[in-house]
Amino acid sequence: MSEVFFFIAGIGAVCGAVGVVMVRNPFYAVLALVFHLLSLAALFLLLEAQFVAAAQVVVYAGAVMVLYVFVVAYVGGSEPAQLRAPVGRGQRTVAVLFALALFVELSIAILASGLKALDSDGPTLGASFGSPEQIGDLLLTEFLLPFEVASFLLLIAAVGAVVLARRRGGIGEEAERLSAIDFTRPLNTGTMAEAVGGPSSREPFELGVGGGDKPREDEGGW
Amino acid sequence: MNLDWYLVVSALVFSIGAAGVLVRRNPLVILLCLELMLNAANIALIAFARMWNNAEGQIFAIIVMVVAACEVCIGLGLVVAIFRRRLPIDVDEIRELHG
Repeated sequence: MSEVFFFIAGIGAVCGAVGVVMVRNPFYAVLALVFHLLSLAALFLLLEAQFVAAAQVVVYAGAVMVLYVFVVAYVGGSEPAQLRAPVGRGQRTVAVLFALALFVELSIAILASGLKALDSDGPTLGASFGSPEQIGDLLLTEFLLPFEVASFLLLIAAVGAVVLARRRGGIGEEAERLSAIDFTRPLNTGTMAEAVGGPSSREPFELGVGGGDKPREDEGGW
Repeated sequence: MNLDWYLVVSALVFSIGAAGVLVRRNPLVILLCLELMLNAANIALIAFARMWNNAEGQIFAIIVMVVAACEVCIGLGLVVAIFRRRLPIDVDEIRELHG
């Protein structure tokens, strides 16, 4: 029975991967990758990795792919016209040959490695193998340091993405001042900078208009 | 199911991802192909965890997923920054580093 499920999931994974590479429209490529990831989650379940399969579906196929869909929708779904022209025929041929050579080499490396367990279904496992209890136990005892380093890495990546995607002025313009206070108070409601500098450093001061309800320039793409 | 089948699927998906990185020119699709390669490594890691009856390979796979999420985050931030600057979204055109 597991053979049937393996072949369904494996063929799904490979077809999803081919779809990611072959489809022209990036939006459909993202959808093909979602299909690929769901098939992979089925493979993970066959390998007794329940927690990783659940994380794959929720985090990967859910959250990360939603991020991709947002960016594809923002940048533009279909490729611009100058991208339609395919890569040169020579490069495509070389790429396919390279991929074939890589697959053959990896297969030789795997199948000729002499690992005895390769020809078997693997050892019989305890009932708790791959369960959330075991993963959590390992993460919080033996692998505590990698766990914390991973959390720092995620924090750094989030800050980096915000810095990268922030709207910047051109080269000649002054850098936008952006502080946390700007988001918590309406405009021209009394900071020291506005009092000293006269007009607000963000917008020209308008007497009697009450700049508070004036729509703010979109800074940082909010 | 013999474990070598999983490793063969892993090698196949990795090769497809490598070919995609070489063939495609849209940075979004190149990021998707990088995801394919990372996921191929994940299948291999989990198959080896199954082979040795040792869940440490699954921890490794989870860390790989974290790193992949970070890479997506930075890569998509770069794509958005490129789009904001009205530069062509084509890795053949973007060859110079500007400050």
